[in-house]
Amino acid sequence: MERAAALFEYLLRHGDSCLILGHRVAEWCGHAPELEEDIALANIGLDLTGQAEQFLAYAGTLEGKGRDADALAYSRDAWDFRNALLCERPNGDFAHTMVRQFLFDAWQVEAFAGLARASDARLAGIAAKAAKEAHYHLRHSGEWVVRLGDGTAESHARAQAAVDALWEYTGEFFETDAVVAALGDSVPDPAALKPAWNATVDEVLRAATLRRPKDGWTQTGGYAGRHSEALGHLLATMQFLPRAYPGATW
Amino acid sequence: MERKDWPLWEVFVRSRSGLAHRHVGSLHAVDGAMAVDMARDVYCRRAEGVSVWVARSADIVASDPARKDEMFEPMTDKVYRHPTFYNIPDGVKNI
Repeated sequence: MERAAALFEYLLRHGDSCLILGHRVAEWCGHAPELEEDIALANIGLDLTGQAEQFLAYAGTLEGKGRDADALAYSRDAWDFRNALLCERPNGDFAHTMVRQFLFDAWQVEAFAGLARASDARLAGIAAKAAKEAHYHLRHSGEWVVRLGDGTAESHARAQAAVDALWEYTGEFFETDAVVAALGDSVPDPAALKPAWNATVDEVLRAATLRRPKDGWTQTGGYAGRHSEALGHLLATMQFLPRAYPGATW
Repeated sequence: MERKDWPLWEVFVRSRSGLAHRHVGSLHAVDGAMAVDMARDVYCRRAEGVSVWVARSADIVASDPARKDEMFEPMTDKVYRHPTFYNIPDGVKNI
């Protein structure tokens, strides 16, 4: 695979994962269990959307076909999205949302730390700036996982159910394929992020008195454009306005 | 299921240029660690501050409004207590 094409794909993986998870988190706006948490979740969603904008804008520039971040976000269909499958999982209950966020944040912190040292200066710049946000997100979601897991019998059961349900989506982050191979050592080796991710996840799950599921069969395909039904529904909501009112501004 | 409201916390933020923490409002949180994090999102999301304090609202001891006259009234006619009769040299800041 040609390097520029590989980098375009790679940027979409990061950008789309941020965009789709950001939208999921934003779905809580006005529905979170407490006012303060509502604002915190909205902030996290906006952080992720801002990160997506950076990655997608770079991807559009690299592609050179005149597509900006908005065009990439709002004018592609599901099979052109390259987000990790974990990011498109529906919110479920609050425990589900927080566990999903935690599993993602624990990966993103390591991914951005590696990317911040990338030889590509623009990519390194995006990652270095976003890393501070990712650290806060991880702290926030990690605290919640501990509170829920080590909380009441009800919250513990819900948190454990979320961990069990989402675990099979975490393997995708650490896969290597032709895109990663074409980029060589200019981006972090996905598999090399696993030990640090394991350490973070194990520490929090232990504090939360939650059981770590066994690694087994892994859901995969998001990075190649094979998505679940859930993404189509999300896009229908997310893309409605710019599709119904092209070029709308305020 | 029993529903308990989270306790109330008062939030104090020191702005970049400010010298002291200033009371900015209150929020609900289950403990101090969560209150500090929530304060970041509720009161610092537009880069308002560089430091946050939180204190349980229940721990604040306030003056009694009914004692307003004895507490504050005697001072209103003692203008000589204000240090306004000094010439402050140019270049002195933060007074």
